[in-house]
Amino acid sequence: MILDGKCPTGPIEKSWDKHRFDMKLVNPANKRKFKVLVVGTGLAGGAAAASLGELGYNVEAFCYQDSPRRAHSIAAQGGINAAKNYPNDGDSVWRLFYDTVKGGDFRAREADVYRLAQVSNNIIDQCVAQGVPFARDYAGYLDNRSFGGAQVSRTFYARGQTGQQLLLGAYSALCRQIRAGSVKMFARREMLDLVVVDGEAKGITCRNLVTGEIESYWGDAVILATGGYVNVFYLSTNAMGCSVTAAWKAAKKGAFFANPCFTQIHPTCIPQHGEHQSKLTLMSESLRNDGRCWVPKKKEDTGKAPGDIPEEDRDYYLERKYPSFGNLAPRDIASRAAKEQCDDGRGVGPGGRGVYLDFADSIERVGEDTIRARYGNLFQMYEKITDEDAYKRPMRIYPAPHYSMGGLWVDYNCMSNVPGLFVLGEANFSVHGANRLGASALMQGLADGYFVIPYTISDYLARITPGKITTDHPEFKKSAQDVEAQSNKLLSINGKKTPAELHRQLGRVMWENVGMARSKESLNKALQEIPKIRDEFWNNVKVTGENGDFNQQLENAGRLADFLEFAEILTKDALHREESCGGHFRVEHQTEDGEAMRDDENFAYAAAWEFKGVGKEPELHKEPLKFENVQLAVRSYK
Amino acid sequence: MNLTLYVWRQKGPNDKGKLEKYEAKDVSPDSSFLEMLDEVNEDLIKKGIDPIAFDHDCREGICGMCSQVINGIAHGPDDEITVCQLHMRRFKDGDSVFVEPWRSKAFPIVKDLVVDRNALDRIMQAYGYVSCHTGGCPSGGSTHNGGVPDSNATVIPKPDADAAMDAAACIGCGACVAACPNASAMLFTSAKVSQLALLPQGRVEAARRVRAMVEAMDGEGFGNCTNHYECEAACPKGISVSFIARMNRELLKALPKEA
Repeated sequence: MILDGKCPTGPIEKSWDKHRFDMKLVNPANKRKFKVLVVGTGLAGGAAAASLGELGYNVEAFCYQDSPRRAHSIAAQGGINAAKNYPNDGDSVWRLFYDTVKGGDFRAREADVYRLAQVSNNIIDQCVAQGVPFARDYAGYLDNRSFGGAQVSRTFYARGQTGQQLLLGAYSALCRQIRAGSVKMFARREMLDLVVVDGEAKGITCRNLVTGEIESYWGDAVILATGGYVNVFYLSTNAMGCSVTAAWKAAKKGAFFANPCFTQIHPTCIPQHGEHQSKLTLMSESLRNDGRCWVPKKKEDTGKAPGDIPEEDRDYYLERKYPSFGNLAPRDIASRAAKEQCDDGRGVGPGGRGVYLDFADSIERVGEDTIRARYGNLFQMYEKITDEDAYKRPMRIYPAPHYSMGGLWVDYNCMSNVPGLFVLGEANFSVHGANRLGASALMQGLADGYFVIPYTISDYLARITPGKITTDHPEFKKSAQDVEAQSNKLLSINGKKTPAELHRQLGRVMWENVGMARSKESLNKALQEIPKIRDEFWNNVKVTGENGDFNQQLENAGRLADFLEFAEILTKDALHREESCGGHFRVEHQTEDGEAMRDDENFAYAAAWEFKGVGKEPELHKEPLKFENVQLAVRSYK
Repeated sequence: MNLTLYVWRQKGPNDKGKLEKYEAKDVSPDSSFLEMLDEVNEDLIKKGIDPIAFDHDCREGICGMCSQVINGIAHGPDDEITVCQLHMRRFKDGDSVFVEPWRSKAFPIVKDLVVDRNALDRIMQAYGYVSCHTGGCPSGGSTHNGGVPDSNATVIPKPDADAAMDAAACIGCGACVAACPNASAMLFTSAKVSQLALLPQGRVEAARRVRAMVEAMDGEGFGNCTNHYECEAACPKGISVSFIARMNRELLKALPKEA
């Protein structure tokens, strides 16, 4: 099937305005007759729930944490992009659009990216109005910094806690609507099924994580804003609860999963220290504004203290390889370059898996106080984890899985191929392309939640009758029974391995074979290993406790069960995509000097997979991507 | 290293809890406290014992979900960190460690070390926001911004913006409540009141906000502040008690307006 992204035609600068005019509206008095379910309350979901509540819809919002304020958007540190051009360095909506399409290695939909760039400026205005304390200069104006993949300073920030402040802004807007009664908040709920009636999304089935009760909720539309899936690698920068579960359950009910192999590996993480580590910690990309990446030129120097290695024996490899972007090269380029140095035996720290990020020059140039003001909390965090003082000794960093650029397929309206199911933020695939640039995740989450969905959902709702299907429909009962049955099955296996052990097993297979560099051979190996672990899981997992109780092991096991199915489709997608682009690097497809080699002739499309059953071949649907405004070109950051 | 843990186990809000003794063996000094608990839990699962329930998520000190009193101190012995950032190198081989949940009437126990902190959400819902419009703003034009002005149209002195950010850094973990002998939520509430009162955007509703938030705080059963400063000492983000003084000033300024 050829998928239609339903992009508006005509000049791209006008397409969102034109589209907004063309869409159907719901009359204000009728809005209260509709009920919308929002699953996930991070930047995208929180902003969507607040905005739709304010518009007058009845909203029910769900999150697995104890409070929407804990969504993982809170952990984003560096900043949010907007094309305000306050620093007067030549930025524009067009340039932000251009950088983002290029940064996505030409695998994102142009129209979606243009709209994102366009509304980015409104996001900043909106957040400032909410009281988000962005950094300011002494004149009282907003301050900017630069980020990877851009040559202008367009990143707005709130110290090293930008994600936190933007999320708390959305959370406060959500609180206002909860108080007003337009949004009903259901915390500590995990969505375990999507209810589809006559081909349209009409509700969800949740587990109440406190009581263990299975609960049904109906809605005239369902919005998923459930974040990303990189915990499929076990070790990642994501929060422990981040999972593919909600998206995967939707995929099992017919929603297509697009570009799952596009996972972003972030170059600036604290290296792993040992076997029992549960997660990796990200250091903000903004550190590369002032930090210089290097490794020793000689292998025998890797064991030395960095201060004992003289300047001429250091290889500032990013500055050497990419003189015009230097340390601010995009994430995939910087990650791969770091891995190359380590694979070459010149990595530093435990296991040789680390490179230095050195602030000595910056400290000499602007002083320690300035560096402390810019990144103090990050240096503090680094010290807590590694016991090293990065003001005195360079940080050690290594790439780690960070962000999902694939996600459920959606059209220009953010609606999946299942009518009534909308997908926002990281959970969809739309603007990311193959290598989403820094400071654009916060931008997309808020753009989708505040500025896109409030319009596009009305176009769907205006065409349906509100409240036609409610929880007394038999599909809800069936769904609840299925969910209950799966939980009981997990509890009855009573095998020998814990969910964490099996998750580590899956993670190793994924990182080694489907990680930063993939080959036909490694991918095929993973495709043999994954079903084995899945079989072992269903025969040998041990889940303690009961269903009707607060049971964190049952939660973990359920999430892992979904990762074990999803991992296979991710790997198949990587195997089918016979090219290298962005974060997806197939060793068979590279230039002589080791850069990614795209194949636009054969792969300029979004690969949307239709699930056909566990162990069965998924069916591939393609959405051809047209580049009419940004010329397809080899991405060069040299 | 090897440690002896005494962990609070409680099946549900109405059960009587007690401390249980567990051994943590071969703990790496590079592990975080939560990773150590993960390992203890793996062990318990294999023995068929219900593992220790505890809240956690981001494991990088920002989501505010982890909440344990370790050896009598909220978030454990180090300054300005959450439990997930506490590393085992802080302990010695052979140490005994006591692990308990947040203690406060307003935070009922859900299970073991997990408590219900929704009271803090309800304080936020009372008025922890600026009543500006969200969403649906037309894009592209500079004249129509959904009712909000261009963000540089209002200049904010850097010291004010910085002070607002100092207050805004609160992660809502509730350590301040757990540490306070009165189980007061004043540090939490004052942080939000101060953040918004320091900014011109939040100034307009400052009087109504402080009244509503303080009323909600009292209604939830949190105690009052009697200047123990334990909240500041326990706060993982180093939020200063001076914000409590600011909240009190805001409240005094707001009260006459009620007449």
